Amino acid sequence: MTEIAEQLSCQELVELVTDYLDGALSPRDRERFDAHIANCDYCREYLEQIRVTIRLSGTLRPQELAPEAEAALLEAFRDWKHRP
Amino acid sequence: MEHALGLEEMRLVEGLRNRDEQAFEQLIRMYQSALVRVALMYVSTRAVAEDVVQESWLAVLNGIDRFEGRSSLKTWIFRIVANRAKTRGQREARSRPFSSLEPEASVDPDHFVDGQWSAPPASWPEEQLLAAETLRVVGNAIESLPPNQRAVITLRDIQGWSAEEVRNALELSETNERVLLHRARTKVRTALEAYLMEDA
Repeated sequence: MTEIAEQLSCQELVELVTDYLDGALSPRDRERFDAHIANCDYCREYLEQIRVTIRLSGTLRPQELAPEAEAALLEAFRDWKHRP
Repeated sequence: MEHALGLEEMRLVEGLRNRDEQAFEQLIRMYQSALVRVALMYVSTRAVAEDVVQESWLAVLNGIDRFEGRSSLKTWIFRIVANRAKTRGQREARSRPFSSLEPEASVDPDHFVDGQWSAPPASWPEEQLLAAETLRVVGNAIESLPPNQRAVITLRDIQGWSAEEVRNALELSETNERVLLHRARTKVRTALEAYLMEDA
């Protein structure tokens, strides 16, 4: 095993970002990930952009219900409520 | 009993048991659009998905007195929808194949040479990030994802659920859930990049 094979390439790293953020990498892979990030501005930028993407999704409201859809559901609720 | 329920969910369960319309209204506002996205994992049209969700709400109402709180209320509701949509999808005899888990590159392979960035990500203009138009790009990118990816990112990143909650509600394996989420997020990032770098 050579030193090189032990290192993560940038192209490999971008595939591991979700596992990394979910804490799902093995300790060894996590170490390799952290070591790479510490020395690679580009991959740090990429990871930051994924974090921003997640944050922006988090600011979206659940899609508004169309008024007709809401009315139909509330009507179904009232039918149910008045059923004996 | 009801050990899986938080205070807010206990209040909602009580509300439904008392046939309180406000509790129902709150639930549909929170979950209806996400539930339709979950149904669309299994059925082919929005009309059928909405139909499945409406039926499922009735099943929720009819079952609420027997709901024991072994799972959270939201997990219970989402599982009812997922199961009914699955059944309906099979009946339609055109249940969607689960999105393939074939390898799919997160970043265009042309952006690398020998595994290193040749076209590295440029930093994004901070001041543009929270603009309404940027959020619209995110919303549209999510809307146009394949159904399974869209459902997972909706629950994880819009609704803010944990990985475990999503796996339980959708009965996905840990690996599948993560692959779907990963693909969804990377596509949304790519859409954002295309939009933010347009005039750069």
